Amino acid sequence: MAVIGPWLVQGGQMALVLLAAPLLTGLIRKVKARLQRRRGASVLQPYRDLRRLLGKEVVLAENASWLFRTAPYLIFAFTWVAASLVPTFATGLLFSWTGDLIAIIALLGAARFLLALAGMDVGTSFGGIGASREVMFASLAEPAMLMVILSLALIAGSTQLSTIAQFMLSPEAGLRVSLALALVAFVIVAIAENARIPVDNPATHLELTMVHEAMVLEYSGRQLLMISAIACIFFPFGLVIGASEAGRYFVGLGAYALKLAVAGTLLGIFEMSIAKMRVFRVPNLLGGALMLGLLATLLLFVSVGL
Amino acid sequence: MIVALLICIVGLLGLGIAGVALALRPTGRAVVYGCAAGLCGVIGVLALVALGRPPSTIVLPLGLPWVGAHLRLDALSSFFAFVVSVGGAGASVYALGYGRHEEAPQRVLPFYPVFLAGLFLVLLADDAFTFLFSWELMSLASWALVVSYHREGDNTRAGYIYLLMAAFSGLTLLLGFGLLSGATGGYAFDAMRAAHRSEGVAAFVLALALLGAGSKAGLVPLHAWLPLAHPAAPSHVSALMSGVMTKVAVYAFVRIVFDLLGLPSWWSAVVVLALGGITAVLGVLYALMQHDLKRLLAYHTVENIGIIFIGLGLAMAFRANGFAVGAALALTAALFHVFNHAVFKSLLFFGSGAVLSATGERDMEHLGGLIHRMRLSSFAFLIGCAAISALPPLNGFVSEWLTFQAILLRPGLPQWGLKIMIPADGALLALAAALAAACFVKAYGVTYLGRPRTAVAANATEVDQWSLGAMMGFAALCLLAGIFPGVMIDALAPVSQALLGARMPTQLALPWLSIIPVAASRSSYNGLLIFAFIAASTGLTVWAIHRFASRAVRRGPAWDCGFPDPSPATQYTADSFAQPIRRVFGTVVFRTHETVVMPPPGDLAPARIEKSSRDLVWETFYAPVARVVTATVDALNQLQFLTIRRYLAFVFLALVALLLALALWQ
Repeated sequence: MAVIGPWLVQGGQMALVLLAAPLLTGLIRKVKARLQRRRGASVLQPYRDLRRLLGKEVVLAENASWLFRTAPYLIFAFTWVAASLVPTFATGLLFSWTGDLIAIIALLGAARFLLALAGMDVGTSFGGIGASREVMFASLAEPAMLMVILSLALIAGSTQLSTIAQFMLSPEAGLRVSLALALVAFVIVAIAENARIPVDNPATHLELTMVHEAMVLEYSGRQLLMISAIACIFFPFGLVIGASEAGRYFVGLGAYALKLAVAGTLLGIFEMSIAKMRVFRVPNLLGGALMLGLLATLLLFVSVGL
Repeated sequence: MIVALLICIVGLLGLGIAGVALALRPTGRAVVYGCAAGLCGVIGVLALVALGRPPSTIVLPLGLPWVGAHLRLDALSSFFAFVVSVGGAGASVYALGYGRHEEAPQRVLPFYPVFLAGLFLVLLADDAFTFLFSWELMSLASWALVVSYHREGDNTRAGYIYLLMAAFSGLTLLLGFGLLSGATGGYAFDAMRAAHRSEGVAAFVLALALLGAGSKAGLVPLHAWLPLAHPAAPSHVSALMSGVMTKVAVYAFVRIVFDLLGLPSWWSAVVVLALGGITAVLGVLYALMQHDLKRLLAYHTVENIGIIFIGLGLAMAFRANGFAVGAALALTAALFHVFNHAVFKSLLFFGSGAVLSATGERDMEHLGGLIHRMRLSSFAFLIGCAAISALPPLNGFVSEWLTFQAILLRPGLPQWGLKIMIPADGALLALAAALAAACFVKAYGVTYLGRPRTAVAANATEVDQWSLGAMMGFAALCLLAGIFPGVMIDALAPVSQALLGARMPTQLALPWLSIIPVAASRSSYNGLLIFAFIAASTGLTVWAIHRFASRAVRRGPAWDCGFPDPSPATQYTADSFAQPIRRVFGTVVFRTHETVVMPPPGDLAPARIEKSSRDLVWETFYAPVARVVTATVDALNQLQFLTIRRYLAFVFLALVALLLALALWQ
């Protein structure tokens, strides 16, 4: 049992990330629908959507290349590996030492790299517009994210996520100016990276407002399934880092579920109360996040106690 | 060891002379490139063997009569000789196939082996005269290769600017070595190591080394020649210049600053860190604005040089504060990036050469859809793009990860300059990495993906076996160095031991081949397992999806929201892809401006969008110098058309002035 235990935790957590992810998407949609005084679809609707896609045929564009066909699987794998390195309900994962937070961000960057390439593969104008805007957002969001990580790493003395989480649980963490700055930066980045309002609208198919949707426009059938599944996984995963960062790191499955439910509801309310931004307003927002992250790191370089 | 290496270098020089005779024969190409590849391979093996051994020296009765030619092979020069030999062997194998398209082989074949020999000789030199001689040999041979297509476009101008900058770098290094050798004139490096010098002199030497090596490596603002000269040469030479020659310049900097100069002061680290950070971000921003594939790659070299100098600056900062272990980590990160950049930049230049030989185009706006017709080379190019964008599990990520670890290592340095500069460099490095990914999405997406924009792109064919072999080999190296980084880090241990007296912990003994720069609780990374996880989860997903999902596949026209347009001109181009980034960053950095010119009402002429941008570095640093020189030369030009009486009067006046000066002197 002692040998099997860690494997079970690791495997269980990888499966959990996969299985629970669509539920959260369903929850957010439900919250938004209720706020709009609609009844809304069941929270299980995302599962039904995925099952429907499973049975559909694939319609490939005539000049789609091997990259277009393999990209969904690779993107899914990169995101899944990144997610499996994040402790969701138990710390001390078996393989948490294979990559630290910087590696996790880079894995997600690799997934985005492939997604942007897949968007350009068919050679339509919408694919190009999506890829172009996505890399523009990423060019600011990724450094902002890294600055947040650097400031966390400076406080905890480590870039290992499990060590950071343990440190945040301990009374040493306390309240810090730099943590507050990093948290604000992180929330902005998380919204941008998850392609939510006000940066991107996951529900739109209006030409000029699409970013993520434009890149995956040509996908259908099982490939679209993979892409939708990625979007689902990606999302709670971002929240988990956020939650662990704020020092509210609870060990245990129930706490994890509660954390996600609260965060999802908050996000639904937030999205309802704000409009989508113009594309060229977003760099201001993300640039602000980058500056906040840099400020947090600078403070820590000046004095570790801040 | 060093004798065997010297014999190989003499062999390369001899090959250059043979190249003159062989150039016009059909077998010439095979002989020259084949022998060069073989010699580079031998040198690579020798350098690897020499890496762990104590330094060996030899003095030849050449060069200045009272100095002789000192040569020395220590850990640092062995490592760089290995990097050069990998790049050289790859480029030579690639050229076995690529050289077939050469219209004037007599312009390339004699200079190519001499260029290689010059690169190796710089690394071996152990006195100032031999060093500068080899440095100039390298510069001149590469200049001859840059102007080998002198009739095309702007190549002669590129060659001219390159020659000027090479002369500038040679001059500054000459002055630097002059200061290092001091009044006694000890030109051998041993004498320079032993000499003591005041802080002011050391600062001067550092500035001169930064100018001399930096202008060869392409530090902003000394980079202006690089994006002009590197793309002008044949592609395998571009790969050597970008991948390898810039690394020899890094070697010169490391040799002078870490070996000859003694302990640096902390503010010199601030200067190097600032230059490195600015170079990294400006290089990639310049690259994003390009639509010439080879020029884009050349600007990316500028970016990577910036990353390497960030690592070197960190090492200097830690060393100045007596923190040898941290300095070893930062130096290892920088040197690891030296190797990585040599590999993936060569690969990318090979890829651009393959595109060039298949289509005759370097302009991305005329390409597109090559992934269908150049399957293997497009795959290799994709690996190179992912590696240079620092994506795991490839090699570029590992060296940037190590640099980040070095940045995080010691926040509490006492100097305020370093307290501000190191985190700022962290942000600049992160920004550069993210922008590099954006840039290579653009480069790959516009060149290889989408629909062909011209007939040449639609009719391209795959390149020959030799070129493909070289590209695939380098792509494999990118992956291997990414999943077994411990091998490389351990190989670099003797270098940091010799220069800093400290080394990173041994990595190969760790379980599962992880790398742990400082302590396991602090950070660890395992490229092998990450690779295995990605492979396993991809396999699992593919299996599951193919097991449970519908397998029906139908090909149809692209959907494109219901409005597909058959013209490939409706695709995103390189310019339009970069437009959002140009608008966000370029308005400040390049003063870019877009104007829409609308025709008056009733006029059926199309509306036009015009963009303008300025190269502020050129306008600030180069244009004024050029203006002053031109004005002076114009003024002096009149002296050519004087009568004999006036010339005699000048001679007389000069004589009087000199005598007066002599009289006043005494």
